[in-house]
Amino acid sequence: MLEAILFYILAAVLLGMGLLVITRTNPIASALAMVAAFAALAALYALLSASLVAIIQILVYAGGIMVLMIFVIMLLNLHPDDLKPMRAKGWVVVLALTGVWGVVLAPVALIFFPAGSQPPAPLAEGFGGIFSVGEKMFSDYLFPFEMLSLVLLTAIVGALVLSKRKL
Amino acid sequence: MNSLFPITPAHYLVLSALVFGIGVAGVLSRKNLFVVLMSLELALNAVNLSFITFSRVNGDVTGHVIVLFVVAIAAAEACVGLAIVIALYRLKETVDLDLFKSLKG
Repeated sequence: MLEAILFYILAAVLLGMGLLVITRTNPIASALAMVAAFAALAALYALLSASLVAIIQILVYAGGIMVLMIFVIMLLNLHPDDLKPMRAKGWVVVLALTGVWGVVLAPVALIFFPAGSQPPAPLAEGFGGIFSVGEKMFSDYLFPFEMLSLVLLTAIVGALVLSKRKL
Repeated sequence: MNSLFPITPAHYLVLSALVFGIGVAGVLSRKNLFVVLMSLELALNAVNLSFITFSRVNGDVTGHVIVLFVVAIAAAEACVGLAIVIALYRLKETVDLDLFKSLKG
């Protein structure tokens, strides 16, 4: 019962903040709504017993990526008059079309995924903690993990080349 | 009321699909580059929620590992994307997507 109450509150916050993100004229307002949406999402991860991912979501997304985003928004110093013509156009129509997707898709998905309509089985001790996730990541997924470090290095160099006037 | 309680994985999957829909709507209907980037992040996060849900159902942490990879890729994407925004702003003094149409045939 408590899980249900928490789920519906967090889902409402997530959907409401998501709508704010795509409807606000001022990108700073969008970014702050995005941070709130990420907090709700992290709490949902915790409800699904993914404690490590919940912490990473707050640390990396809300704390890292969104700070970078807000930093760049403030760096560009856009005038409010410039923002007006960039208001959302026709978002109600697009949103209605994409919202139907969730409602139509759910019954179809449940035909192929019958386990989805029952509450899931209890989990082993320590599921989703740093030990179980780390063990998986550094055994079966060691090569993708190392490749990821190359991707991040390329992104850093790429961002530097793109944004610097003269190297 | 029967389908509202108790909470099943299907609830999380429907929520994930709806958030993905919001992200797609943002990408399609906004002209502000920043908001388009943020909507993309929202769509990525919706997919992450699906991964975590399936992980919970199967009792397997592989989904968590993939979510951590997606978070790292999203960080790289935001980093390069914002560098491109800065370069475009330097060129045209705006972040309005409608004005970046030099490649249009």
